[in-house]
Amino acid sequence: MSESPPSVDEKVRATGQGRAPVAPAGLLTRLGEVPLLGLVAALVLLAVVGLVTVPDTFATTSNMVSILSLAATIGVITVGMTFVIIGGGIDLSVGALMALASVWATTLATQAYGPFVMIVCAVLVGTGAGLVNGLLISYGRMVPFIATLAMLVAARGLAQRMSNRRTQLVAQGNEAIVGLSTTRVLGIPLLVYIFAVVVVLGWVLLNRTTFGRRTYAVGGNPEAARLAGIDVRRHTVALYALSGLCCGIAAVLIMARTTTGSSTHGDLYELDAIAAVIIGGTLLTGGRGSIVGSILGLLIFTVITNLFILNGLNTSDQLVAKGLIIVVAVLLQRRSLRTAT
Amino acid sequence: MSDAIPLLVMRGIVKQFPGVRALDGVDLEVLPGEVHCLLGQNGAGKSTLIKTLAGAHQPDEGTITFGGEEVRLSSPIAAIKLGISTIYQELDLVDGLSVAENVFLGHEPARLGFVSRAAAARATREVLSRLGHGEIRPSTEVGRLSPAAKQVVSMARALSHDTRLIVMDEPSAALAHDEVGNLFRIIRELTAQGVAVIYISHRLEEIREIGDRVTVLKDGRTVAVGLPAKDTPTSEVISLMTGRNVEYLFPDRPAAGVRQDRAEVLRVENLSVPGRVEDVSFSVRAGEIVGLAGLVGSGRSEIIEAVYGARRFSGTVTLEGRSTGRGGTGTAVRMGMGLAPEERKAQALLLDQSVSRNISLASLGRYSRLGWMDRRREAADARAMVEALDIRPSDPERPVKTLSGGNQQKAVLARWLLNDRRLLLLDEPTRGVDVGARAELYALVRRLADDGIGVLLVSSEVPEVLGLADRVLVIREGRIVREAVAGELDEHAVLDMIMEGSPV
Repeated sequence: MSESPPSVDEKVRATGQGRAPVAPAGLLTRLGEVPLLGLVAALVLLAVVGLVTVPDTFATTSNMVSILSLAATIGVITVGMTFVIIGGGIDLSVGALMALASVWATTLATQAYGPFVMIVCAVLVGTGAGLVNGLLISYGRMVPFIATLAMLVAARGLAQRMSNRRTQLVAQGNEAIVGLSTTRVLGIPLLVYIFAVVVVLGWVLLNRTTFGRRTYAVGGNPEAARLAGIDVRRHTVALYALSGLCCGIAAVLIMARTTTGSSTHGDLYELDAIAAVIIGGTLLTGGRGSIVGSILGLLIFTVITNLFILNGLNTSDQLVAKGLIIVVAVLLQRRSLRTAT
Repeated sequence: MSDAIPLLVMRGIVKQFPGVRALDGVDLEVLPGEVHCLLGQNGAGKSTLIKTLAGAHQPDEGTITFGGEEVRLSSPIAAIKLGISTIYQELDLVDGLSVAENVFLGHEPARLGFVSRAAAARATREVLSRLGHGEIRPSTEVGRLSPAAKQVVSMARALSHDTRLIVMDEPSAALAHDEVGNLFRIIRELTAQGVAVIYISHRLEEIREIGDRVTVLKDGRTVAVGLPAKDTPTSEVISLMTGRNVEYLFPDRPAAGVRQDRAEVLRVENLSVPGRVEDVSFSVRAGEIVGLAGLVGSGRSEIIEAVYGARRFSGTVTLEGRSTGRGGTGTAVRMGMGLAPEERKAQALLLDQSVSRNISLASLGRYSRLGWMDRRREAADARAMVEALDIRPSDPERPVKTLSGGNQQKAVLARWLLNDRRLLLLDEPTRGVDVGARAELYALVRRLADDGIGVLLVSSEVPEVLGLADRVLVIREGRIVREAVAGELDEHAVLDMIMEGSPV
């Protein structure tokens, strides 16, 4: 005899709606990938729109390369953001951290040591700031939203101070960094390869390692994770440090693309990254999501931007379209979630 | 009093939940101005009954008459409008709002949509002084009040409606001793004004002191109506509450008992958790099942959490001779402990994820080299566990949320059986588990003990502790009041101890 009132599950089952179909093994696990099919379909649809409206310019190699180059910087950040959000958090500071890392790496003092040290500097600054985020959240018990909001403001301020609000050029002799954007292998710039490598490493880390498992556990049910012996706080610190690391790598890519370091780099990148993650089917409450989804979400965004530019349309309309897409994507996902469980 | 017209009459109330008949024909009759006590073990149906009365549940059968008219309590608001207020065990106050705002939450005195703060404050002051607590200021934030003061605010809220019946669910659980006296004074004043009170408590001494009549529930039925609270013998009350319709099947204990020469797995010395547990010492031997019997709030769950490192404590906990120190749950797991927590869904499971991933959660290190998961070995072991424990449906890739309670609990146990455990801590292992699956779980726990694992078991259901454990520790108000071999105790005696704390 149990006195406890029936759980939601039981109620749903009682009304007969939520009865899970008895699916063969494997199919249920693959159900998680159904939203991904939807994203691919959306991407195909956008491509068709491109082929119809701007047939001469859309389907060219140079346009594809420019889409990928554009996506690369935010893409790297999106990988880190996916980890943080699956782990039950949020990182608002990503754009600002990228700006700070780009400024720090392009100061005269850093540039004196050459391109390799500049890269190391950018990565360390990003990781270090991410570490601070993680420590504030885990051990300072701050809400992620607030801790990373504070970091956003502070990192931008620090970047402005270091650069005196001036755009810092990558100096002569350090053009090797710019080479990441200008050097092409098989017609594709190096920075796109870097983006691809980060995505693959991120996927492996999330899907094939204990770190990934713990990320899902910590985001899905932190109390269960703790009682299973997982050090939830330490893991949370690692997640934000990882996001910071991604910002550092993104800083290198933006330096390569723009040949500058600037406190204005990456403005509102945090919103694009979060939007891409959400469109990709990752729950903001944590515990569920995928890297592939996030990248598809990001590509959808980038292709839309591209289509608007190629068609000579207003950028304001483009923002409205993006907003609509976020809403539609979330509504569709909620439906597929309901049918899947 | 017997010729008074009853304020509330409930007849033949039935409430069916999927798989459980929570109420199976309950009768209740409450007179105006009386304190009517509701008694029954956990699972007897008290909570369901008061939720029905509060309009939160709709009964499937039966009639409710209030103030001489048959009524339907279709929603909490309908109940409040009729004059039935419920004060739940977990006080439902908003900490961030003021006392006055809480008292008038949902029915603020307003003019043209603007809340009249002055009127609310005045009315609140009035109600509070009626309760003898004029010192609580209406503008104080509720979060800053003591538990006792919060209770007064809850009562003020109940009285701010035109209330004729107040239901109190274990109101004394959160109160210190002298605060209980004050609660009783308030109750007496209310009843003197003609308000009726339904009072739920496990503490018989309180029922003696404040109650007029007692109704006893067992297994969703009324087994005694309107007993005089003051002079019904304790033994009679407990007899009514005990004795089950459902007989559980418990596995046999080892014939010779657990041999005293077996090694101690767990030793707990002078364990204290401030305000919850006081200076508790005990041990568990290899192959032994030790049961902790006590009421909710007696400190039994806190003992388990402290042993597991999930809660701060003073004293020492040693596992196989090594102190656990203050390393937290990570250390406890590394040293060989496993916990099946009280709230399975909230504290143990990743509901969206597969059975397999839930099973391997605490042994990820075993399936990885340099962090790289060996997924084939993980899947193979999960499959073996699903078969060994007969988890149904026997598909390790199913999301764990699609399993029944009993199979979910098996998945939690499987998590710990994957890696050599020395000690298992089981907190209410059969909550929400149906009768058939219980027998299976009992047999499983016994089998684990036979394999040499020490087991520490907590349960609200006394028969479960007595049936499954080798040795029983009776806990009351954070202390061990009796330690005995399970065979030496009976349900009656244990209930007597945990409810009344009478000298042993």
